[in-house]
Amino acid sequence: MTSIGTGYDLSNSVFSPDGRNFQVEYAQKAVENGATTIGLRCKDGVILACEKLITSKLLVPGSNKRISTIDRHLGIATSGLIPDGKHFINRARDESISWRRNFKESIPVASLADRMGSYAQAYTLYSSVRPFGVTAIIAGADDDGPGLYMIEPSGLYWGYFGAATGKGRQAAKSEIEKLNLSELSLLQAVKEAARIIYVAHDDNKDKEFEIEMTWVTRDSGKATAAVTGSRGMIWNGWVHEDVPRELVEEAAREAKKAIEEDDDEEEGQKAEKMDEDL
Amino acid sequence: MNQHPHGWGRPRDDVYGAYDSSYLNSTQPVTHTQRPIVTGTSVLGVKFQDGVIIAADNIASYGSLARYDNVERLLQVGTHTVVGAGGDMSDMQYLHLLLDNLLIKEQYPADDHHLHAPQVHSYISRVLYQRRNKFDPLWNSILTAGADPNTSEPFLSYVDLRGTTFSAPALATGFGAHLAVPILRRHVPDEAAVKDLTREDAEKLVDECMKVLWYRDARSGVTYSWSVITKEGVETGSKKIENQSWKFAEMIKGYGAQNI
Repeated sequence: MTSIGTGYDLSNSVFSPDGRNFQVEYAQKAVENGATTIGLRCKDGVILACEKLITSKLLVPGSNKRISTIDRHLGIATSGLIPDGKHFINRARDESISWRRNFKESIPVASLADRMGSYAQAYTLYSSVRPFGVTAIIAGADDDGPGLYMIEPSGLYWGYFGAATGKGRQAAKSEIEKLNLSELSLLQAVKEAARIIYVAHDDNKDKEFEIEMTWVTRDSGKATAAVTGSRGMIWNGWVHEDVPRELVEEAAREAKKAIEEDDDEEEGQKAEKMDEDL
Repeated sequence: MNQHPHGWGRPRDDVYGAYDSSYLNSTQPVTHTQRPIVTGTSVLGVKFQDGVIIAADNIASYGSLARYDNVERLLQVGTHTVVGAGGDMSDMQYLHLLLDNLLIKEQYPADDHHLHAPQVHSYISRVLYQRRNKFDPLWNSILTAGADPNTSEPFLSYVDLRGTTFSAPALATGFGAHLAVPILRRHVPDEAAVKDLTREDAEKLVDECMKVLWYRDARSGVTYSWSVITKEGVETGSKKIENQSWKFAEMIKGYGAQNI
């Protein structure tokens, strides 16, 4: 933190002599401690998953959602400062509604990412505001198929096959890189996502957590009916909804088992080695 | 052309006469939103023992011209509700937009609560009443039909451009209120009669009323959309009026070239 004391980090919209905007970098730091959140873009949909640490036993299980529905076909997961995330979500919802009003169609994922990217970037330009302390992962689908974007506090956004942010992002990223996402089906991705969240959680093992998981899909019988009216509605046929509880629980069980087996193996190897040494 | 600096670009008064600016300071309020332009006619709705049936034809008229013959006037709202609208079609489309946005906002909490017919009806009636208080009404009469997903209790309610609402076992808007309601009431005079009306009978009844309207309402169409809402959800379809007989037309006197 060589920047501290130089004065260039006191205000947004002021560059340091070596061309950095420290306020934005500090915002990125805020995200680095956020909940591990991942997005996977598969051939038939998108998955969002997040590790929700249980901060109090008094909280109702499943409450305080971190992944929000923006429109029928769109969901956003945020990691970092929760209230910043809520404001970001509200803006995304407004953008989506305004797109429907103007064009009588569902907003394409790329367009929402572009608008939200511009919105986040505007918060790096003025001394009266601070950047968003969140990274947002946008999952959705449109005529071009499933889409996944990640927006950083600087306003930077890229489209991804797989995205990870928050505390466990390094571990999560290296796990995602092993997947063949263009061949992966949504159902397989549910299991992978749960496993990745468990692997990424490894670092702070002692804390209890829940997995929150949603998907964007075209063929979920239950949700398709619940979410929409078909006749005359503005809708592109894709649904963002919670992954059914049973599926997540099953995936979590399998993930836990796989990780325990890994650990046992490692310990087994260690024990063998010790035996040999003896 | 008037070359005086204050009048550049304006016709010369001595050639064309003074400009008539009287229309600019009219003391009348704006009225062009206060009449329907492209209109749909009746919507019918009947409760039966385990649901509701609702029907509306596909014509949108421009005055007495049958301008469009493929207009969908029934809108499914959520899983167990259908809204049918008569009156101004652009106002109906605006209402569809409002309902669509309402449904999306209803999804934000992801709490597994959903809007059903009573809530949708209530929302529409508030919108319509608010607009009549602005002296800028949405020029529609609307039926909201639905069934409770748990109890299968049917719901059917009417609201018009003034925000007036009422419910009955059988309802119709527009011309149907005059021509179809008496027929419907013969079969379902009260809530008790609803329990004895089967789905088949209800469908036949609606078909019969749509036929009468096709015969006698000059703004009606020969194809119509229907929806049946039960606790299982919404079934929809389209029908054409069959087995027509225009024999009765011979008896009609008073129009056209007649020698009697």
